[in-house]
Amino acid sequence: MDTEQNQAPSDARPVLEAPDIARVLTRIAHEIVERAKGADDVVLLGIPTRGVFLARRLAAKLEEITDRKVPVGSLDITMYRDDLRMHPPRALARTEIPGDGIDGRLVVLVDDVLFSGRTIRAALDALGDIGRPRAVQLAVLVDRGHRELPIRADYVGKNLPTSLRETVKVLLAEEDGRDTVLLGAKPDQ
Amino acid sequence: MQRHLISAADLSRDDAVLILDTAEEMARVADRPIKKLPTLRGRTIVNLFFEDSTRTRISFEAAEKRLSADVINFTAKGSSVSKGESLKDTAQTLEAMGVDAVVIRHGASGAPYRLATSGWIDAAVVNAGDGTHQHPTQALLDAFTMRRRLVGRDTGLGQDLSGKRVTIVGDVLHSRVARSNVDLLHTLGAEVTLVAPPTLVPVGVESWPCEVSYDLDAVLPKSDAVMMLRVQRERMNAAFFPTEREYSRRYGLDGDRMARMPEHAIVMHPGPMVRGMEITAEVADSDRCTVVEQVANGVSIRMAVLYLLLGGNEPAVSHARTTEEK
Repeated sequence: MDTEQNQAPSDARPVLEAPDIARVLTRIAHEIVERAKGADDVVLLGIPTRGVFLARRLAAKLEEITDRKVPVGSLDITMYRDDLRMHPPRALARTEIPGDGIDGRLVVLVDDVLFSGRTIRAALDALGDIGRPRAVQLAVLVDRGHRELPIRADYVGKNLPTSLRETVKVLLAEEDGRDTVLLGAKPDQ
Repeated sequence: MQRHLISAADLSRDDAVLILDTAEEMARVADRPIKKLPTLRGRTIVNLFFEDSTRTRISFEAAEKRLSADVINFTAKGSSVSKGESLKDTAQTLEAMGVDAVVIRHGASGAPYRLATSGWIDAAVVNAGDGTHQHPTQALLDAFTMRRRLVGRDTGLGQDLSGKRVTIVGDVLHSRVARSNVDLLHTLGAEVTLVAPPTLVPVGVESWPCEVSYDLDAVLPKSDAVMMLRVQRERMNAAFFPTEREYSRRYGLDGDRMARMPEHAIVMHPGPMVRGMEITAEVADSDRCTVVEQVANGVSIRMAVLYLLLGGNEPAVSHARTTEEK
């Protein structure tokens, strides 16, 4: 899981800047419409914290393209994590499922970085307790590799080959005041 | 490292707010088709009840089951305790069975503290009410109910109860609920006033962080929340007031008195209510009375406490002070 994202890399360099992120989200929105043949039954669920902001931005872009409101919500996976017993309990984030639910809909999970795949595994478990979607897809801003589970993304903003000694940090205006993706060296390694 | 919840006084402001915020998310699980989280899978929790209780025991059991813990219920009646077994031997029996947490209610003040600090067991201890001492999860659920009603469900996140005026009325002397509430509400920044007949005010109350009044009608117009307590006859061995009728007229809450409270103020009761004694049916059934809400909130609060104490490799709730220093 992306715990190392929480530490600011010391000598980080940007790999995506604000205009790149905007373009990437526009492309992903078009891909969702294309693959879902119009995105009629799409529900976007962001994984807190930054996945939620990305999901909202994607929803806005989908509305521009399709002229329809796209339900968007958030899915907190804390209680479903497989490493709960390795850390002190974490504060919970908000799970907000749009009013019509997810039964029979196409759920697109949205997260900032795809790394080990364990977050997404937890998200799939959490979804199972909320309803039964027609299908589940995954959209991520950055795929940095090093999967530990058989999980892949359907929509990828940028494939970023990394070593395990590097960190990827996504900054978004809503939370961090600016849009950028930073690649840096892990401290103390 | 403290890993128990023995007294509401052990909680710092940040701990208490974290518990309330966590409970707010837990409350949402109740709205889902599958009211269950996998978080405490494989953990065993014993509900050790030496004293009668329906709502607290059922509430803890519901919270434990929603978090997928394995639950063992133990009541003193019909157990080896009725044959004369000591708390120590009962505790060691539970320890041998590999229990992760003990939720204990006991008629003797201090029993949960003894269980937590004696070294008899390794398990986390949660106080579900001990004698006339403490009932911390009740205080937490009361604070949660007040924050939801007086501050707001979403706007309340991260907030305490600064500046809210809470009046606790009735049998303070025998009430662990009152003690816990005074401690926690003070920590959360609320101003507490106790109202009771002089005979039902405990000795040493002047050292508590609250005001004391004998005149309910004077306090009501300045209250954001009024908490009515039951007169605990089972703990009384003397006459504390002349007649029930006189008590009810001076310290009971009826429709006329409720009308003197501010528009937004709520009426709370930890249950069980004695209608006609401390509260009339008119008040108990009104929209301003949060008794049923408090029960529902109890499950969310207990889920939050169990998650924060047992969910990780160490508890998230640190203890600013130990019970001994209090």
